[in-house]
Amino acid sequence: MTPLKVSIAATFVAVLLLLGVLELIRSRRLHERYALLWLATGLVLVVLAAWRGGLNTIAGWLGVRSYPPAVLFAVGLLFVILVLLHYSTVISRLTDENMNLAQRLALLEEKVRERD
Amino acid sequence: MAPETTRRIAIVPAFNEERNIGRLLDEIRTHAPDLEVVVVSDGSTDATAEVARGRGARVVVLPFNLGIGGAVQTGFRFAWEEGFDLAVRLDGDGQHDPAQLHAVIDPVAAGEADIAIGSRFIGEGGYRSSAARRVGIGILARVVSRVARQRLTDTTSGFQALNRRAIGLYAAELPHDYPEVEGLVMALRHGLRVCEVPVTMREREHGRSSISALASVYYMIKVLLAVFVDLFRPVRGHREDV
Repeated sequence: MTPLKVSIAATFVAVLLLLGVLELIRSRRLHERYALLWLATGLVLVVLAAWRGGLNTIAGWLGVRSYPPAVLFAVGLLFVILVLLHYSTVISRLTDENMNLAQRLALLEEKVRERD
Repeated sequence: MAPETTRRIAIVPAFNEERNIGRLLDEIRTHAPDLEVVVVSDGSTDATAEVARGRGARVVVLPFNLGIGGAVQTGFRFAWEEGFDLAVRLDGDGQHDPAQLHAVIDPVAAGEADIAIGSRFIGEGGYRSSAARRVGIGILARVVSRVARQRLTDTTSGFQALNRRAIGLYAAELPHDYPEVEGLVMALRHGLRVCEVPVTMREREHGRSSISALASVYYMIKVLLAVFVDLFRPVRGHREDV
């Protein structure tokens, strides 16, 4: 079984994460479309941290017998990887769009210059 | 067969080439006076654009450095939008010899190919380079030849002539990182006819090439990855109207 102190600390941190994400959305510093994965991360971590029986059961399924909170780390890590991967795709798209804009701007500038 | 009134343009990507570009443009005018010229200044911080304008070239100035793929694609977009029938690309550092422009243009102008590549490795050649780089170029050539089902020797050569169909394809979706190799694979998968003609390349007059010896290994691995991934992409339709 997960030690009670670990559960309390993990729940506290996960709730902080959730509140932080919500505050960033509220103050418009984080767009909802980029916040969804973070919210999901926070929610899953809160549930797994607070629901000690559930974490224990899942650890049992995965064959983690010695220390159930290891599952918390694993799930947290998985979500961080998902978030990073998501951001890589966002950066790739932004790079393409940025390049497109630069090309369009340069071509238009040349046209304007030719006209003058 | 292309009519005699085809409009032809030379696309010259240049990054800080103020010392090479003037002479190159003079040589293009000497050897191929029928060509209009567009210089794509790829975020140059020197007087590349001014020098080129002074020689009568049209100049497209990118606001920041996009890298060779983005710069070259800008040139193809220019050629497409301005209605050119044939484009020939040669690099702003002067390694592609304007005296050989017509050798590269002719197969495309004659309608024998959609893309003609100036190859350093057929004919008398005489290209010298580091061993690592030659091995890399050889491996890439072998991989692309397999995709092409035809023998290609110099897939990294940027000395290329294209007809309008190929210009349209490259304008729409030229890969940005490794435009030569990846672009070629893309063109082949779209069913474009590619041929090679022998050329010799010159040493740079000033400055260093953008690819050092060690970087060429890194380059090759990334290109191979890109080409491999490309094979699993569907062939997208593109603009074929003229």
